[in-house]
Amino acid sequence: MSLIIKPPNPEIVINVQNLRTQFGRSTIHNHLNLKISRGEILSIVGGSGTGKTVLLRQMLRLEQPTQGSITIFGVDINQATSEQIAYFRSRSGMLFQQGALYSALSVFDNVAQPMRELRVLPESLIKDAVYMKLDMAGIAPEHAAKMPSSLSGGMVKRVALARALALEPDVLFLDEPTAGLDPSASESFVSLILALHAELGFTVVMVTHDLDTLVALSSRIAVLADKQVITVGTIDEVIQYQHPFIQEFFLGARGRRALTVLDKNDYGK
Amino acid sequence: MFNTETPALTETQANSITVSGCWQVHAFSDGKVLRDISRTLSQLAQRDNLQWNLSQIGAFDHIGAQILWNSWGKKKPAQLILLPAQEGFFRRLELANQLAVPKPAKSRLTTVMQLGSVMLNFFSHLLAFTELLGQLILDLLTVIRHPGRAPWKEISANIFQMGFRALGITALVGILIGVVLSYLSAQQLRTFGGDIYIVNILGMSIIRELGPMLAAILVAGRSGSSITAQLGVMRVTEELDAMLVMGIPHGLRLIFPKVIALAIAMPLIVIWTDAMALIGGMMSANVILDMSPRFFIQKLPEVVAMANYYIGLGKGVIFGAAIGLVACHFGLLIKPNTESLGQGTTTSVVSAITVVIILDAVFAIVFSRVGYF
Repeated sequence: MSLIIKPPNPEIVINVQNLRTQFGRSTIHNHLNLKISRGEILSIVGGSGTGKTVLLRQMLRLEQPTQGSITIFGVDINQATSEQIAYFRSRSGMLFQQGALYSALSVFDNVAQPMRELRVLPESLIKDAVYMKLDMAGIAPEHAAKMPSSLSGGMVKRVALARALALEPDVLFLDEPTAGLDPSASESFVSLILALHAELGFTVVMVTHDLDTLVALSSRIAVLADKQVITVGTIDEVIQYQHPFIQEFFLGARGRRALTVLDKNDYGK
Repeated sequence: MFNTETPALTETQANSITVSGCWQVHAFSDGKVLRDISRTLSQLAQRDNLQWNLSQIGAFDHIGAQILWNSWGKKKPAQLILLPAQEGFFRRLELANQLAVPKPAKSRLTTVMQLGSVMLNFFSHLLAFTELLGQLILDLLTVIRHPGRAPWKEISANIFQMGFRALGITALVGILIGVVLSYLSAQQLRTFGGDIYIVNILGMSIIRELGPMLAAILVAGRSGSSITAQLGVMRVTEELDAMLVMGIPHGLRLIFPKVIALAIAMPLIVIWTDAMALIGGMMSANVILDMSPRFFIQKLPEVVAMANYYIGLGKGVIFGAAIGLVACHFGLLIKPNTESLGQGTTTSVVSAITVVIILDAVFAIVFSRVGYF
């Protein structure tokens, strides 16, 4: 009966079918299909300009595909009723690349914003919940009164993660979660996401360029190339696939370095 | 996926409470559900020795857990039945209890001290503004000595942007004000049979006072705000810092061209606004007083001394430079966040208009004996 123990047969949370995206004359996606199961951490990789971020934005309903459907929680989000969309909005969280914290609000108010937006929770409850969320994201309570402009890059990401998790979403979208962080900060951010994933059991859809993050976090990887998802699978399966982009991305010098780490301490999946 | 089971509390046996339903935050998004639950919870909080059974809860999250936790007085009740999967939530809540939440620091300033800080703030603005003015004069001297270093392209672009582009709106407002003024004065003058004095009234008021004033207020609203916002965004995107790093001084490349362009464009806009307002007044005089435009134009130089025209032009130069300086001053003070940007732009426009009116009063006093026959 409990929802935290996920059912053994993976349920499809997001289903992208036959997606086509066009900007003017250039086609970005054509016949793109992708299924994302409950509880997994799926990374989307691809060369620049292959429309990774566009795909993510389409899943969030920030952009409309030209053709095809995106189904989230069994509902086509481009034909959903406003009630279904409101539900979807409260059950999904997004971590933007630059954090996108509201610069006019303090750290506390940024995290409290999604809870206050429901307009039913009492302020005393919100206060407790915000401090707990900040604690989960590794932000000590004394930073709560600070403004986003006085935070370091790593702290901004942590606060943004706390805000994305404020309503405990089922799906968490991450756009380049470790871009702009130094290696140790990105390392600790990756382990933070892993720990929270283990604790809260949400589904993660992530776009990243960073091989270390990719190897450390993803349970499956979807490779975008030739306007499609050419292959989806664990990192070992993806490397087997014969495609020039994969050869270059994973088996180039940088890729091999990241993969040696994987072999050594086996902290990927 | 819609988990619509409403959260519920039922007393299944004496002193045993079964919690059931979906205890996730979206289940409470209907305000009534949360009100009912919290009322029941506060009633239950009065009673001791309750057994809580959470094993019937369908879906749970930290906010749902927090609602129960707070009603228990932030500690686990003595008798609690939990699913293994729910233990994590309460472990988190127990940890959160130990967080030292800082108390918001109270402002220790008394009313007098607050007044003082407002005054100090005002003086710091004054100081920064004086520095800006000094820098502008130094830049002006540099440009006079080395004309090749002047940012001519920026100046001309700014004149086009803030001067030429403002012609439409100033013409419209000028004509309308001319019409209004002419109608109002004509009504009064006709009762005294002094129709002919409409030329004096319109000529003096528009050329000496209203033309420069209208132009200044419109330009302050139009260009002042855009200058402040532009500098503010450059602060947000670190472009201002990038310029400093490359050794490009803000004064000469950003502020100087804007202030000079406004000082050049404003008197031209003043002439334009004067002309439009007079045309508007002249046409209305033709309609209501049957005064021919030819007579109006012939009469104008006889009743309005040329000095008034020069005063109007001088006002244009000074007002333009003042608007530019005030806008730049507030633009450079903007901090890198959205609220400061909005506030800075508002303050900039309000201050620019206030400064223009103060300068206008100074002009009125200094030239009180000039320009009358």
